[in-house]
Amino acid sequence: MAGLRLEGLRKSFGAHEILKGVDLALADGEMLVIVGASGCGKSTLLRLVAGLETPSAGRILIDGRDVTGIDPSARDIAMVFQNYALYPHMSVFDNMAYGLKIRGLPRAEIRAKVDAASALLGLEALLDRKPRQLSGGQRQRVAMGRAIVRDPKLFLFDEPLSNLDAKLRVQMRGEIRRLQRRLKVTSLYVTHDQVEAMTLGDRLLVMHQGVPVQLATPTEVFERPADTYVAGFIGSPAMNLLPGLLGRNGTAVSLDGTEIDLGPRRIPRPDGHRVILGIRPEHVALDPAGAAWPVEVVELLGSEMLVHGRSAAGASLTLRTANGPPPGEAIRVSFPAAHLHVFDEATGLRLEPAG
Amino acid sequence: MRQGLLRLVPHAVMILAILLFAFPIWIAIAGSTQDSAAIARGEISLLPDLSGLGVYREVLVQGSSGAGPVWRALLVSAGMALAIALGKIALSLPSAYAVTFFRFPFRMTAFWLIFLTLMLPVEVRLIPTFQVMSSLDLINSFTGLTIPLIASATATLLFRQTFLAIPDELVEAARMDGAGPLRFLRDIVIPVSGANIAALFVILFVYGWNQYLWPLLVATDPKLDTVVIGIVKMIGVDTATEWNKVMATAVLALIPPVAVVLLMQRWFVKGLTEGDK
Repeated sequence: MAGLRLEGLRKSFGAHEILKGVDLALADGEMLVIVGASGCGKSTLLRLVAGLETPSAGRILIDGRDVTGIDPSARDIAMVFQNYALYPHMSVFDNMAYGLKIRGLPRAEIRAKVDAASALLGLEALLDRKPRQLSGGQRQRVAMGRAIVRDPKLFLFDEPLSNLDAKLRVQMRGEIRRLQRRLKVTSLYVTHDQVEAMTLGDRLLVMHQGVPVQLATPTEVFERPADTYVAGFIGSPAMNLLPGLLGRNGTAVSLDGTEIDLGPRRIPRPDGHRVILGIRPEHVALDPAGAAWPVEVVELLGSEMLVHGRSAAGASLTLRTANGPPPGEAIRVSFPAAHLHVFDEATGLRLEPAG
Repeated sequence: MRQGLLRLVPHAVMILAILLFAFPIWIAIAGSTQDSAAIARGEISLLPDLSGLGVYREVLVQGSSGAGPVWRALLVSAGMALAIALGKIALSLPSAYAVTFFRFPFRMTAFWLIFLTLMLPVEVRLIPTFQVMSSLDLINSFTGLTIPLIASATATLLFRQTFLAIPDELVEAARMDGAGPLRFLRDIVIPVSGANIAALFVILFVYGWNQYLWPLLVATDPKLDTVVIGIVKMIGVDTATEWNKVMATAVLALIPPVAVVLLMQRWFVKGLTEGDK
C-alpha cells in the first residue's frame, strides 16, 4: 500500500488538450473520487495513471517511484473496468488467476489468493462458472476479485457501477466502500455520479474541462463549493444560482431590487460588483414576509416536493420543501443568510468574506 | 383456416427447395449402382440397385480407365484442402492480429495490400503464378499445388472483423494483467475467436476441396490428381464413359466436405451467427 503523486500531468490528443495540468497527492490508503461531467478528462486521468495512455507532460509517482514511462503491468496497480472486461472464455477462477499465472506464481499460492478473494466477495460457489452465466452484480464482484488477488499498491475504478441497475448500484457502492476500508488500498475512483462521489470518497476531486476545480472532502465540497460549476454539479436538485449586485458595503446582494442580507460577513468587493448568489433548494425558506416568486411547476416526490418559480426578470428558483398542499400561483420566500454562497460573476469563483 | 394455409406455404416452398437440391445427389447415388450403358442410354432408375454397390470398392481400389484409384485422389484432395485451410488460418491469424492491434508505420498500406489480393484470386493471375511456380521448380509438387491457394486475403479480412469486435477494455485488462502480445494472442484472442476460426476452417476446407483450375494446371503427374480432377478425367471424350463409376466417385468426393461441415456444425453456426460474447 502506498501513496500516489501526480505532478503537472497533461494530455493532448492532437491539438485538443484533454487534461490541462493536474497536481495531486493521495495519502496511503485514501480513496479519492474524481467526479465530473463526461468529457471533463476524468477517465483520461485514470488511464494515464493506469499506463494505458502516455502523458504529454508531467510525472506519475506511486509510492515515491516514478512510473511515468513504465508498462501498466509493472506499475503494481489493478483496475476495475466499467464493462467488467472479464475474459469471456475463462471461468471465474481463471479470470481472477490469470494475472497471477502470468506473473509465474506457484499454483498453490494462486489457489490460496483466489480462494481468499472469493470468500471476501462471496464468490465461492461461482468459481467454475463462465462470465456469461453471472448476473451484473456478480460480474462486478469478479472484476473486483481480479483486482484484489493482485494485492496491488493502487486500485483504479473506472465508473464500475454505471452498468448496474439502481438498486444493485446502491448495494455495490456499499460493498466497495467496506472492502476498500478493510483492505486499506489507496484508490482512485472515477464517476460522473455525484451521489457515488459523495458517499465513497475520503476526498473528492471535481474536474471541469480538463482542469481540477476543487479538491476537498465531500462535506467541504458540498458546503463550500469553490465555484459556480461545483455549486451546480454537486447536490441534487442543483443549487439555485441567482445573478445580483453587491451592495451595502459588501454585506448584502440586490436581486432585481430586492435586497438580500448576507449576515455578519462582508465581501471585500466594491458595491455594484456583479455577483452570483447561491442557495440550495432545501435552504430556501417559505416566508410570508419574503419576496414573491410566480410558481411555474410543482414536482411531487413523495415525502417532499420541488417548487420551481421564475421571477419577472427571468431568474429561476427551486425550492425543496416537505409535502404539503400545493402552493398557489406564487410563493413567498426568504434566503437565510447562513446558507448563502457568493460567487464572482466574471470568474465564477467563490467570494470569501474579508477576514 | 387462413392461418393454417399461411403456415403451410413456407413449408411447401422449403420442401420444394430441398427436393430440388437433393434430387441430383439422389440420382448420383442411385445411378452409381446401375449399369453404365443403361445410364448412357438415359434409362436411369430412381431406385438404387443394391447388387451394384461393388462399384464403390472398384473405384476406390482400382480406379477406372481414365484415372487412378480414388482412394489416392481422395487423399490428395484431403491433404490439399487441409493444407489450404490450415495454411490460410496460420497465415491470416497473425497478419490480422498485427493489422488490428498494433500501430506501426504503413499499417494501413499493409492492410490495403492484403486487401488487394482479394481482387486478384488465383484464376486471374494464373499465368504469372504458374511462371513463379515454374521458376521455383514447384510444378508437379504438393507445395506448388497448395501455396498459391493459401496466399489470399479472405481469412485476414474476416479475422480482422472478428478482432475488431473484441472490446478495448478486454485488451486493456490483459495489458494490466501483464499479458504480452503473443500471450494475449494465445490466451485471449484465439479462444475468444474460436467459433469464428472453426467456421472459417469449414469454409476454407470446402473451398480447397473444390479447387479445379489450379490443380489442373500445376499438377500433370497423375499421382497428384485430386478427386475433382479424377472425375473429369473419367469422363472420356472418345471412349465410352463408365457413368456408374463417375457417379460413385462423385458420391465419394461429396462425403469428406459434408463430414467436415457436420462435425463442425455447432461451432460453424455459432461463428456465423453470433459474436462470442
